[in-house]
Amino acid sequence: MSDKKLKITINGKKALCGKHETILDAAKKAGVRIPTLCYDERLEPYGGCRLCIVEVKDVPRPLPACTTRVKDGMEVFTETEEVRRLRKNVLTLLLSNHPNDCMTCEATGNCGLQSLAYEYGVDGKRYAGETWDLPIRDDNPFIIFEPNKCILCGRCVRICNDVVMAGTIELSGRGFDSVPDTAFGKPRTLENCEFCGQCVSTCPTGALVDKKGRGKGRAYEMTKVKTTCSYCGTGCNFFLNVRDGKVVKVTSDFEAPVNQGNLCIKGRYGYDFIHSSERITSPIIKKGGRYVEATWDEALDLIAKRFSEVLAQHGPSSVGAFSSARCTNEENFLVSKLVRTVFKSNNVDCCARV
Amino acid sequence: MAGLATSLGAGAATNSLAQMPDIDTIFLFGSNPTEAHPIVSIHLKKALKKGARLVVGDPRQTWMAKRADVWLNLKPATNIALINGIINVILEKGWENKEFINKRTEGFDELRAKVREYDLKTVEKITGVSGNAIVEAARLYSQAKNGMIVYGLGVTEHNSGTENSMAIANLALVCGQIGRPSTGIMALRGQNNVQGASDLGPLPATFPGYQSITSAEAREKFEKAWGVRMSPEIGLKSVEMLERACEGKFKGIFILGEDPAQTDPNVHEVRKALDSLEFLVVQDIFHTETTKHAHVILPGASFAEKDGTFTNGERRVQRIRKAVEPLAGRAEWQVICEIATRMGYPMHYTHPSEIMDEIASLTPIYGGISYERLEKESLQWPCPTKDHPGTTTLYTDLFSRPGGLAKFMALDHKGSGEVPDSEYPYVLVTGRIREHYNNGSMTRRSPGIMELVPEELLEINAEDAVKLKIKNGDKVFVSSRRGKIRVKVRVTDRSQPGNVFLSFHFPEALSNLLTSEHKDPITGTPEYKACAVKIAKK
Repeated sequence: MSDKKLKITINGKKALCGKHETILDAAKKAGVRIPTLCYDERLEPYGGCRLCIVEVKDVPRPLPACTTRVKDGMEVFTETEEVRRLRKNVLTLLLSNHPNDCMTCEATGNCGLQSLAYEYGVDGKRYAGETWDLPIRDDNPFIIFEPNKCILCGRCVRICNDVVMAGTIELSGRGFDSVPDTAFGKPRTLENCEFCGQCVSTCPTGALVDKKGRGKGRAYEMTKVKTTCSYCGTGCNFFLNVRDGKVVKVTSDFEAPVNQGNLCIKGRYGYDFIHSSERITSPIIKKGGRYVEATWDEALDLIAKRFSEVLAQHGPSSVGAFSSARCTNEENFLVSKLVRTVFKSNNVDCCARV
Repeated sequence: MAGLATSLGAGAATNSLAQMPDIDTIFLFGSNPTEAHPIVSIHLKKALKKGARLVVGDPRQTWMAKRADVWLNLKPATNIALINGIINVILEKGWENKEFINKRTEGFDELRAKVREYDLKTVEKITGVSGNAIVEAARLYSQAKNGMIVYGLGVTEHNSGTENSMAIANLALVCGQIGRPSTGIMALRGQNNVQGASDLGPLPATFPGYQSITSAEAREKFEKAWGVRMSPEIGLKSVEMLERACEGKFKGIFILGEDPAQTDPNVHEVRKALDSLEFLVVQDIFHTETTKHAHVILPGASFAEKDGTFTNGERRVQRIRKAVEPLAGRAEWQVICEIATRMGYPMHYTHPSEIMDEIASLTPIYGGISYERLEKESLQWPCPTKDHPGTTTLYTDLFSRPGGLAKFMALDHKGSGEVPDSEYPYVLVTGRIREHYNNGSMTRRSPGIMELVPEELLEINAEDAVKLKIKNGDKVFVSSRRGKIRVKVRVTDRSQPGNVFLSFHFPEALSNLLTSEHKDPITGTPEYKACAVKIAKK
């Protein structure tokens, strides 16, 4: 009985869903988009932003889709005039205390608030009143916080406390003065922060941004290449953001089977080595005690010649290779093949044991 | 990993990370995931939030140890005594899973006889852990609906590392906590592709897919595919190649993306070995301690510069994709092909996907894996055929040993290869910190990370600091029988009195100048996790 499907309709279309699903879950499965700002799949539903409100037949008030469980026979309407009017009002209120500086904002093109303001045709002019004028917090190497762009959705605070359990930030203050902040407003250091950037990855506006990627390109100017992290053995996926042949940023892959968009300091911010000026850029040969740059052909010819000579002189038992747990499966396979077919021994090992 | 292979059949984690939130009791052993595997820790934290109980075996009071229901604060390198003690309690109390032991294992009587020698008093004495904590750990894990053991290099990087992982397998088997989702043994892998590098056979005794080179059938298969006779003689492990080089009997090595001159223990000997070679080729993305000894240095391509696959610690094969061109024009796979071709064995692939197709054709556990499938999904091996969905939980009905039964191994406590004495009174434990990685060649190039963690710190307990009259931030000399380094001190309650901790990310304060030459006799894994040192201000 427990897995009996419930029958509901969304905008008149039939949908089957599980008992514990919310209206938002059901709508997603049915391909119906409901706007959200405080929702992140990695977090418990919060019901804070009131943008996902929908109408349900025979219920006299709108319901938040993210926190309302489906009931059998429920008839849900996601785009009525009334809910669209209410959403528009919520957005207008949000923009009334927002810098609206999309021209220079890092999040432009990748901002939940901007997309919804565009979709609902809202600007910040209607409810003019007091606005925040808080200083930008640029006090650490990785994360910049512009409180004036915060919409108090609580995502950063919730991911920091509920998922990472780092306890770096909390909503402090009340009412108009409430803002996510570190304890006693101290700068982020290793004393209070892991610098995993989960808060940045969940922020729906430009309030929390990656310092290293700032000004390096809009989301739509980047080529996003999905890949797997090269640090530890967990196997997190992320997107390398490439512009003009350079990796300028790492962004979350929320579909990743292992990490669902979460990363650590190394995965998210440890990519500088790719374009380090200290990279080895050409083959190097030791000549008379000195290292000199060489062409690939020179180096590879020398390698083939010298290994052949050593093999001929001392036999297969005197030559081998170390492969690497940092290289790909394909490369490890080829090293194994090289030693067995060309060096003609099994003198091959890798640092997997170290 | 060889330990798990002996006990269970395969040297790999038995379950999946995604199953972790449904664990009822987590038994975390020799692993500090909040630092070394932060994303694994996020999965474990989910379980904790849902009410999972937590047992932590670690000499250091890690984040997880602070929050544990039971913290087994064992002395370094007393793992086997502790686990034998726990198993003994389980058997005395009748908490074992008798049905599982009868149906799915062998060698139980030998184990029972052996662990009887490890009564609580004996184990308390060897490990320093209180009897009450041992009993409570035994109860929590054995009585859990779903208990999972998560272990790290604190288990394997000992001279009895292989036996340590067998001991862990014993514990899981006695309780029948294996072969179901959210149970089993997860060995956390230190490097991105440790699993894949083991799987794909750059190993002295196995072809790709753990097919033994002593098997005539396996050799014949590879001879047919590769058109060359395969040597039936087991090759040398890396440590053995280096030892023989020192003796003048080993002449040429090709080193791909490794830095043994910094990351191997007892690096003096390694450097001597490398200098004794007639010809050394090193391919890496940066100059390292090892490249200083090379005759030819080749530029490597970073993970962002090539296509390929990595296999993570839960046997999941995932794509990496080329985002930018290789800095020096060629990726490692292309270079290996060119060397082989120039030495008279033509190797030609137009794309790594073709190499994967060859892997699949020769390696049954990867048999169903192709780039085409990986575009749509990531797959966990064993994945023998093109329509196989991959395997999230190993051993649901049979173990991959002859007869399908898991094997109990009766094991003795041996202790560390080097124990503290009056001259070198402290135990040095080495490990990772969250912000850095291995020899530091990648993370030290991140200005932000260097701003946060610019240098090595010696972690020392407050009690010892008082005794030595040193305070936070002082510079001290740490020396062992092999070397001496100068580091700054961090006074903390994380390390227990008598133990100190260093990472190994900083060449200017290289902890592996101190670590011992002791190693696991089966795998050759060095004992990074315990050696004797002294600490002095001058």
